[in-house]
Amino acid sequence: MLGYALRRLLSTIPVLWIALTACFFILRLAPGGPFDGERPLPPAVRANLEAHYHLDQPLIQQYLRYLGDVLRGDLGPSFINQDFSVSEQIAIGLPYTLIVGGLAFVLATIVGVVAGIVGALYRNRLGDHVLALLILLGLVLPNFLIAPILQLVFGLQLDWLPVGGWGGGAVTHLVLPVTVLALPHVAHISRLMRGAMIEVLSSDFVRTARAKGLDRATIIRRHALKPALTPVVSYLGPAAGFLLTGSLVVETIFGLPGVGRYFINAALNRDYGMVLGTVVFYMVLILVLNLIVDMLYAWLDPRVRGR
Amino acid sequence: MFRRPRRLLSLLAPTMLLLAATTVVDARILNIQNGGDPTSLDPHKLSGDWENRIAGDIFEGLVTENPQAEAIAGQAESWEISDDGLVYTFTLREGLVWSDGEPVTAGDFVFALRRLMDPATAAEYAYLQYPIKNAEAINSGDNTDIESLGVRAIDARTLEITLERPTAYFLGALKHYTAYPLPEHLIEAQGDDWVKVENIVVNGPYKPVEWVPGSHVTTEKNSIFHAADSVSIEGAKFFTLEDQAAGLKRYRAGEFDILTSMPKDQYAWILENLPGQARVTPFAGLYYYAVNNNEPPFDDQRVRQALSMAIHRDIIGTDVLGTGEIPAYSWVPPGMAGYGDPETVDWATLSYAERIEEAQALLADAGYGEGGKPLEVQLRYNTNDNHKRVAVAIAAMWKPLGVSVELYNTETKVHYDELSRGILQIARAGWLADYNDADNFLNLLKSDVEFNYGRYANEEFDRLVNAANASNDTSERAALLRQAERIALDESAAMPIYYYLSENVVSPAISGFEDNAFDIHRTRWLTLDE
Amino acid sequence: MNEAAETRLRAVKGRSQFEDALARFRKNKASVCSVVVVLSLIAASLFFPAWLPWDHEEVDFTAFRAPPSIETGHYFGTDQNGRDLLARTLYGTRVSLAVAALATTVSVIVGVLFGAVAGYVGGRTDQVMMRFVDILYALPYILFVILLMVVFGRNVYLLFVAIGLLVWLTMARIVRGQTLSIRQREYIEAAHAAGLGRTAIIFRHVIPNLAGPVVIYAALTVPQIVATESFLSFLGFGVQEPLTSLGTLIAEGANVLEILPWLMWFPAIALVLLLMSLLFIGDGLRDAFDPHERT
Repeated sequence: MLGYALRRLLSTIPVLWIALTACFFILRLAPGGPFDGERPLPPAVRANLEAHYHLDQPLIQQYLRYLGDVLRGDLGPSFINQDFSVSEQIAIGLPYTLIVGGLAFVLATIVGVVAGIVGALYRNRLGDHVLALLILLGLVLPNFLIAPILQLVFGLQLDWLPVGGWGGGAVTHLVLPVTVLALPHVAHISRLMRGAMIEVLSSDFVRTARAKGLDRATIIRRHALKPALTPVVSYLGPAAGFLLTGSLVVETIFGLPGVGRYFINAALNRDYGMVLGTVVFYMVLILVLNLIVDMLYAWLDPRVRGR
Repeated sequence: MFRRPRRLLSLLAPTMLLLAATTVVDARILNIQNGGDPTSLDPHKLSGDWENRIAGDIFEGLVTENPQAEAIAGQAESWEISDDGLVYTFTLREGLVWSDGEPVTAGDFVFALRRLMDPATAAEYAYLQYPIKNAEAINSGDNTDIESLGVRAIDARTLEITLERPTAYFLGALKHYTAYPLPEHLIEAQGDDWVKVENIVVNGPYKPVEWVPGSHVTTEKNSIFHAADSVSIEGAKFFTLEDQAAGLKRYRAGEFDILTSMPKDQYAWILENLPGQARVTPFAGLYYYAVNNNEPPFDDQRVRQALSMAIHRDIIGTDVLGTGEIPAYSWVPPGMAGYGDPETVDWATLSYAERIEEAQALLADAGYGEGGKPLEVQLRYNTNDNHKRVAVAIAAMWKPLGVSVELYNTETKVHYDELSRGILQIARAGWLADYNDADNFLNLLKSDVEFNYGRYANEEFDRLVNAANASNDTSERAALLRQAERIALDESAAMPIYYYLSENVVSPAISGFEDNAFDIHRTRWLTLDE
Repeated sequence: MNEAAETRLRAVKGRSQFEDALARFRKNKASVCSVVVVLSLIAASLFFPAWLPWDHEEVDFTAFRAPPSIETGHYFGTDQNGRDLLARTLYGTRVSLAVAALATTVSVIVGVLFGAVAGYVGGRTDQVMMRFVDILYALPYILFVILLMVVFGRNVYLLFVAIGLLVWLTMARIVRGQTLSIRQREYIEAAHAAGLGRTAIIFRHVIPNLAGPVVIYAALTVPQIVATESFLSFLGFGVQEPLTSLGTLIAEGANVLEILPWLMWFPAIALVLLLMSLLFIGDGLRDAFDPHERT
């Protein structure tokens, strides 16, 4: 297991390195960037940039310095905000994104798995059809469509939940954003779970278990669950990535001060430093999450470890 | 059947209770939707009205604004103006302190104004205090002796300011954040870090305690402010939120007490459902389209005038926006002190149909429109629903003239960045009065001002505005300025569209929020009933 | 051969794989319905605007923020600028479909070329190329698209290309897999023996045989592309004024959902219909060509 972990870790490194190099050059080539000379920047920002990037040094040294900085967690200065660097802004926004994203992830997984199991067990009965409909809606309705509708119904008309803002982390403020973020994944996960469960339940070893006289609950828990979960787990890696992109919209609509909203504002304001720094950060985050999911997958399916 | 539901329900009950119990209400803090994110807390780095709201709460100048936005005594308790109008002597109040306990001295004002004019600070708004002796020369780099600036501390409590020439509005200009004192002792010690929330030291009714960029700035009452007893509200939270529709939703949910910009397409709804809360009153601001006077075909006065005439200003306020903005046929908004009625374009009295006819004739004359060359215009505006609607409407008004319009929008910072560099054909811009004088607006068309986006350059215009500034006589000044305005309007230097209406939505729990000519409402004058 | 024998021979003639799949597809009611819906939407967005008295940009100065009504002729109502919503919705559908079509084309071209070359050439080249795909797979692609839009400006053509490049990776992988199995087939050996060069073989024999999986996968990704374009437009990175897409219309309508609800509902229904139909078609095609994959 450890060997597998190390091998996966090692193969991640070249990926990161290439991506960082690409980011470095994009920054240099970007029209209207500080290296372009065309766009006037506030002197304090320009001073920050020049101090940080050491533009007087040869390119290769700048590049190495850039790599070193990133490894130390310094993502550079913002092109617009003079008082906060990129890393500082990300650090400020990260807890909000992680809380909402984390809750959505957990919620989507639990609800999706349960719904999938239920759908498989009560296959083709009313519950399954309702589930199929809900899955369809969850897959097709974009989150930027669901969000304002929920805001209108639960926030303004029924007045049960706040319409936006963080509200100091109050549970009421989290309900809508987490729900909107989780919905498409509940749909995906339950679809995968249901399909996998159906397949496993009709497999040989489950039939053997049933022939032995085990009751349904035990069969599910001890024999069916683990193999049925494998497709779900392999989805979890990409799901982390999708949650991240979903959070861009959710944080914007609900006014949550997370990393996603910083990113969007930076992109709209052409703050290259912030945009690139955030992309690097997201990349690292996704690679780490994928790594964790791969570990989980390897634990579930030992055949993978041999590779 | 379902064995799980019982477990689910048993988990659900406490969750529901938790939901009911946690609604955060902070009664004494004022929640304000502020628009853009402030660039900094340093008054020398600011230029936007959203930044002014915060700066004016945490700092106080020699004079400050009362609820009617008039100048009243601030840090200075009294002042004397010399007979020739050139020397102002201010006596600071006794016992003034910064929020860290250090005394506020006249030296802090000297330090701040010198820093403002120092070219190294590159303060965009430094020109506002050019009436001060040697200020312009120092700021442009011609005069390298910063200490020759006409500001002197006679002693710790006495400040003397000498002007280049008598300036009637100077006292009003001192309300502006460019004239705020800065804590010399802190800046010497900390350098650029002085402005960080954990370090900053202020002399105003509130002090900043938290700044989450992109989200909010929180302030708390400054207990050692000289007039702290009269300050009712305990603190304010300025939320960064440019999405007006989202702001209104949260206002309705009780999360905001004040909106500083409202979605105008919902104005009718607001009037009906939130009676008395919308504060829509005129204030001194001009919404206009700048035109690049150097780029063909806009260098042709006939083209500029034709386009300006074709704008059906009367329906923009009432129909397109819905809040009833007053059409602008002059460059200077009405109500500027000592100015009387501004000049108006000579075609203001024609009916819209007549204007269209004349516009078509002008374009034909210039070789465009029907039968002539097609006229293509790139119309720029900063991303905002209201600006977009106006732009779309005006593009539709120009279409019958044979003009095809490309709409181009960018974010506010980028938009003004490019305008400052003269990158535009026709672009939307707005100007809010900084002080109560007509030259505030006429300066926008002077050839050497960076905010003259269209680079309109007329020597006679410049000469008249400069001569007006040199004059001591109010009526002579007004006459000179009006001649200048006449020239600019006749030459269609730019296209005035409407005069601003404030767009505040104020909770009925707030008293003391008075509509005024500058749309400035300092938190210290407000009270919040709970 | 006598007639009876001929008839019997003809009767036993088998159906090609394609005809088999087509028959299966036709039996899937949801898919067939969806094809009808999509074709109607396409036809409507292309031909209906000619019947309307105004286009998507025209300002009707007498009807600002007007609700839908038959009398005024604004069947879907107007927006805050007095522009007819029906015309705008049709226009937005056209734009969204155009983005989808162009982006899919880009993804197919790039994916097929890449995957076919990698699969056919094999060896180190294949390993390197697929490693490249693996690398790109791990990255949060939408963020890169936004990054590109920021750096190079919000150009609608850039949008097509950028979104197309979003989905070519999986296409490349699938194509490579197929190519690997096609490579073993006899007709390839024969062509090779006949002296055809590698390029010629790739273009004349490999690629045409990829048609099936490529079509299916392309169909499956179209809803994803439409959704991505709407997502980007909603955030402000997609099509700019005066172009509009369903995503932009929904974003604008969402702001005034309470007081001008028609502004959001009509484009939303159009988008949901489009996505749902595309989803059913994709699923239907996949089930028709490969019934084992069904969940």
